[in-house]
Amino acid sequence: MPEPSKTALLSVRNLKIEATSYPPGEAPKTVTLVEGVNFDVQKGKVLGLIGESGAGKSTIGLTALAYGRGGVRITGGEVTLNGQDLLKLDHAGIRKVRGAKVCYVAQSAAAAFNPAHRLGEQVIEATLKHGIMSRAEAEKRALYLFRVLGLPNPETFGERYPHQVSGGQLQRAMTAMALCPNPELIVFDEPTTALDVTTQIDVLAAIKHAIEETHTAAIYITHDLAVVAQITDDILVLRHGKMVEYGTVKQIIEAPTQDYTRALVNVRGTGRDEAADQSDTLLKVDNVTAGYANGFKVLHNVSLHLPKGQTLAVVGESGSGKSTLARVITGLLPPQEGTVTFDGKPLPRALKGRKNEELRRIQMIYQMADTAMNPRQTVRNIIGRPLTFYFGLHGKQKTERVRELLDQIEMGDRFLDRFPAELSGGQKQRVAIARALAARPELILCDEPTSALDPLVAEGILKLLLKLQEETQVSYMFITHDIAIVRAIADSVAVMHRGKLVRFGPKSKVLSPPFDDYTDLLLKSVPEMEIGWLEKVLTTRRMESAGN
Amino acid sequence: MRLRSIPLSAWVGIAGIAIALICAIFAPWLAPHGESEIVGDIWAPMGGDFLLGTDNLGRDLLSRLIYGARTTIFVALAATVLSFSLGMLLSFIAAVTGGLVDQLFSRFNDLMMAIPTLIFALVVLAVLPQQLWILILVMAVLDSTRVYRIGRAVALDVAVMEFVEAARLRGEGTGWIIFREILPNTLSPLLAEFGLRFAFSILFLSTLSFLGLGIQPPAADWGGMVKDNKDGIIFGISAALVPGAAIAILTICVNLVVDWLMKRTSSLKGGRGDA
Repeated sequence: MPEPSKTALLSVRNLKIEATSYPPGEAPKTVTLVEGVNFDVQKGKVLGLIGESGAGKSTIGLTALAYGRGGVRITGGEVTLNGQDLLKLDHAGIRKVRGAKVCYVAQSAAAAFNPAHRLGEQVIEATLKHGIMSRAEAEKRALYLFRVLGLPNPETFGERYPHQVSGGQLQRAMTAMALCPNPELIVFDEPTTALDVTTQIDVLAAIKHAIEETHTAAIYITHDLAVVAQITDDILVLRHGKMVEYGTVKQIIEAPTQDYTRALVNVRGTGRDEAADQSDTLLKVDNVTAGYANGFKVLHNVSLHLPKGQTLAVVGESGSGKSTLARVITGLLPPQEGTVTFDGKPLPRALKGRKNEELRRIQMIYQMADTAMNPRQTVRNIIGRPLTFYFGLHGKQKTERVRELLDQIEMGDRFLDRFPAELSGGQKQRVAIARALAARPELILCDEPTSALDPLVAEGILKLLLKLQEETQVSYMFITHDIAIVRAIADSVAVMHRGKLVRFGPKSKVLSPPFDDYTDLLLKSVPEMEIGWLEKVLTTRRMESAGN
Repeated sequence: MRLRSIPLSAWVGIAGIAIALICAIFAPWLAPHGESEIVGDIWAPMGGDFLLGTDNLGRDLLSRLIYGARTTIFVALAATVLSFSLGMLLSFIAAVTGGLVDQLFSRFNDLMMAIPTLIFALVVLAVLPQQLWILILVMAVLDSTRVYRIGRAVALDVAVMEFVEAARLRGEGTGWIIFREILPNTLSPLLAEFGLRFAFSILFLSTLSFLGLGIQPPAADWGGMVKDNKDGIIFGISAALVPGAAIAILTICVNLVVDWLMKRTSSLKGGRGDA
């Protein structure tokens, strides 16, 4: 066993983490979640933990606090902080470390703050409990940290309640909470994953600045290699609870030695050129204004069109109205003004007025495949229902067609009788795609179908969508906030901001200068796999991101 | 479904219900004496000629218990099933359709609930002819207001899910959405409610009998038997406890079975896999 490093702040050696699973009808089994993980965090340095879901990143990150989440046990190895093995400490001993020497920043700040208390009180709470500072000192430090993190009105920020500030501000407040007791190490667990791209970049910059200001060491957990490249000194790549590669940022990004790391670095390699001929229009949206009954307008005068067999990407941050546009096209939300034309004929405004044949030709794929499929139906019934409904297929014919569709989405017929709960995230999304395909549609509305998935799985879904487009000549309207996906699959692009269409046209035209201010901000906010990108971008932005 | 996967508790429940049903169906052959036949002293103790003793008029308690199973189970079960069918159907239609229909149904339901159930039942039953099916119907309608409340609440939760939206986009009718998309996902809380409502039905029936508007004497029903013999408790005679215990045991048995069904329906893997 390698010796713990004498100079490192945190030194983890031969870490082994286990949990017990209870398969029905069998004896409980011990499952090894993490094995043979070694790493060091030097004082004032940042280590990035990266991997897909289930890789054990969060589990490993929490061992720095000698903590195992529900049922997870740290069964072997050493976790040494300043020469002291945390795993050998008793309850009282470890309590002195948690929240004082090692702090934690959770992914969802909105869920981690107590909505009934003011932010300021919560930020200094741990510091006071540990008796590190007097109340006056802690408040002073909180004020200093609010300034460092670039929060608006730092003097009065602490008096607000969590619901009164934005998601990006809340995430920064949580960072302030972690930094307040002056800890030696902070564990960041995907702090920017739930944020919009344009917000993410501000939070990222604030965190980076605060870490540098306070000389705190950190472990930064994420699944986005481009993000980690901006903020860390070293990277540890994990997969299935084992180390894949461990090295400096430069080495991992520029010269990865393992296949898996290479796949991660090149994950945005899918792509194709836009179609040259964009004249044969399938879907046309004319001057659509839509909103809710209370008079609140979500879409203002939006016009765009989509050629047959091609892909239109609709880009924008949350609240920009891109999902509402899809709801207008499906008829779920009748527009107040304007028309939607499909294949030369105007579509009835509301869902009720549309015939089944009109409904069949437009299908939809949702962001969360979990909630988009009835959990009580098997794959056979989920995919089979449109076949019965639209084409009157029954019995053998139907099963045969379901098998074909399962083949098309690259899943075998052993999935026929599984329930959605027995599928992985990627498989669920594939089944949802098969359900859409079963109707033999001409247009599929894809509402962020990959944003809830791990990068490699998401890439698989994108490749599948492209393959299916080639086979069936189906058109996609692809709603996303990820510019990389737009680059990869779109023929034309529509950029939306606060319910207005900011920019629309063929991909090559939309994504090349001269830009309007918003498109410029959006394009520059997408983290690139390049060291020093963050600093470069911050100096060249023209527009502050909204509401942060 | 394999028989071996049914847990012991459910078997106990099934056995209890089976015994009650057998008593109900084969009452004339099983009961040692007639339903309203006076066979001995008033409140004879247990044992001897009469296994469970006699009641306040000297009728055999065991025989009355067996005959009483007929009316009690039949009326309570019929009323509960009916109230659930009615309440669930209306509440699901309200949740799926929304708008005016929802308002109309819900406000009418509120109106019904605003009138005390017992008084409502008394007035209606006093006016209408005393027939069994009218009694069942009145109980069912009054009980369905409670089912409607819970049904609408759980259905609303499911009705906003994306898979229901997907079904609407496919062009499915209200019937499919209610029975195929929403019902399977709301079965667990509704089954739990069913177990409880069944017990309340028995109690409600005995209340009505007590007031003279339920099962008419000399026909036996468990609730009515408790009432007939309640005065004996003062003298240390346990005759009232026997039908009371029968109600309790049947309720527990029903709930044991419901618990097991609930576990099965709440499983997202169709009962295989998860514990």
